[in-house]
Amino acid sequence: MRIFDSHIHMTSRTTDDYERMAAAGVRAVVEPAFWLGQPRTNPGSFADYFDALVGWEPFRASQFGIHHHATIALNPKEANDPRCRPVLDLLPRYLEKDGVVAVGEIGYDSMTPEEDEVFAAQLALALEHDLPALVHTPHRDKERGVERSLAVVAESGIDPALVTLDHLNEVTVARARDAGVWLGFSIYPDTKMSPPRMVEILRRYGLERVLVNSAADWGRSDPLLTVRTAEAMLDGGFTEDDVDRVLWRNPVEFYGRSGRLSLPETDPGEAVAAGGGATFAGNSILRGGA
Amino acid sequence: MTTLDGLRGALAQHGALDTGGWLASAVARLMTDPDALERLFPAAGRHCGRAPLREAPGWSADQAARALLLAALPPDRLPAAVEAAYRQGDAGEKLAVLKALPLLPIGDAAVPLLGDALRTNDPRLVAAALGPYAARLDDAAWRQGVLKCVFMGVPLQRVHGLDERADAELAAMLDGFARERRAAGRPVPADALAVLDLVAAPDLAVPHRIAPLEQDKEG
Repeated sequence: MRIFDSHIHMTSRTTDDYERMAAAGVRAVVEPAFWLGQPRTNPGSFADYFDALVGWEPFRASQFGIHHHATIALNPKEANDPRCRPVLDLLPRYLEKDGVVAVGEIGYDSMTPEEDEVFAAQLALALEHDLPALVHTPHRDKERGVERSLAVVAESGIDPALVTLDHLNEVTVARARDAGVWLGFSIYPDTKMSPPRMVEILRRYGLERVLVNSAADWGRSDPLLTVRTAEAMLDGGFTEDDVDRVLWRNPVEFYGRSGRLSLPETDPGEAVAAGGGATFAGNSILRGGA
Repeated sequence: MTTLDGLRGALAQHGALDTGGWLASAVARLMTDPDALERLFPAAGRHCGRAPLREAPGWSADQAARALLLAALPPDRLPAAVEAAYRQGDAGEKLAVLKALPLLPIGDAAVPLLGDALRTNDPRLVAAALGPYAARLDDAAWRQGVLKCVFMGVPLQRVHGLDERADAELAAMLDGFARERRAAGRPVPADALAVLDLVAAPDLAVPHRIAPLEQDKEG
């Protein structure tokens, strides 16, 4: 079983986690830039964080054979602090980096006018840098948050197939699917989404454009919940190929739109199944050096 | 030592330096628009590939391309541009800057970047900081860099000009390291012992090379 965790905050995890993830089959991750728990008060603080996401963290992951990528953005929560607004001016240089495969996490936290402005500005950056966008949907007032996020996406002119709406649930999945965006689900130990509930959603809505992630961060979370979900799928009658599609080929397809994925070598059969070989759409297999 | 012409030849062999190609256009653009470096420098690998260059041992295509991008800058803009490319670079970009330094007309301006690289915990950067440009590094910092290689398991053959520059002070530091390792029952890397062997240091305060090599095999 090969797992691509499409949304996990490795900055908050220990090397023990990397070791367990590698042993369980996690071979690639995407780490979105997010809120660190402690509010930041100036752009320099973000620059150091972004540098770690394209520097130290990929190096740490590589020591366990895990291919690390990042998404870069000013997160919705801190978009509300005027001291952090100049972070938008830092973004263009990071959005050119090899390891950056999307703009994100963007979207809404409390749905303020400030969040509107920063969300729209960053969708424009995704278009300018030819990158997909990872959109966080709010935990409070989620249904209206999803509706409003889809409206901003539509207004931006970005292709919905280049957008993931993350942290969806039973109530919001259908609306997002109908809008043509990718459907992200973050599996938590006992709150927003669980492996058994995820299996039910896959039964009902199918496997197309679905991304399952652990989102593991500094809160109560578990970096192996992708693996637990895969096991729950098998127990629930899905095939190995279904699991591979949801937990490997789907994220490869979505983030592969950046042309910047660097993935572990797969055997030729797997590479074909994954929709590409060593040079698929500009993404490399086993990029050397850094 | 590799030269800029050597890198050009190697990239041409590789088909990455064709007239009208990405690299040729980028180089031409930088001569008149040096600010374009911020977007061109990170993108080099995506356009020129990352394969090792047989004709320029130790260099990959993206590193060589990045060296040529830096070399294309107007000389008066070079120091600030090199510093920005390093400070704002990911690990791959930092590595390329460090490797390019001895090929650029930059004098001592980039020495502080070596200090930064030697403070990291990335063995690739530490090794690259001890290339030919490290001749401009002061002795104390250079010796610390060599010791750091030993600690990180970077082969000492990666340190440029080690045999010529190794001195009694470095030998004393390596000797202290070797004694600590032996006291801990841990092996001493053979290349560190080789440097100790090399440096005849009659005025050392503490005698070195006391323990026979065989003990190291036990560790």
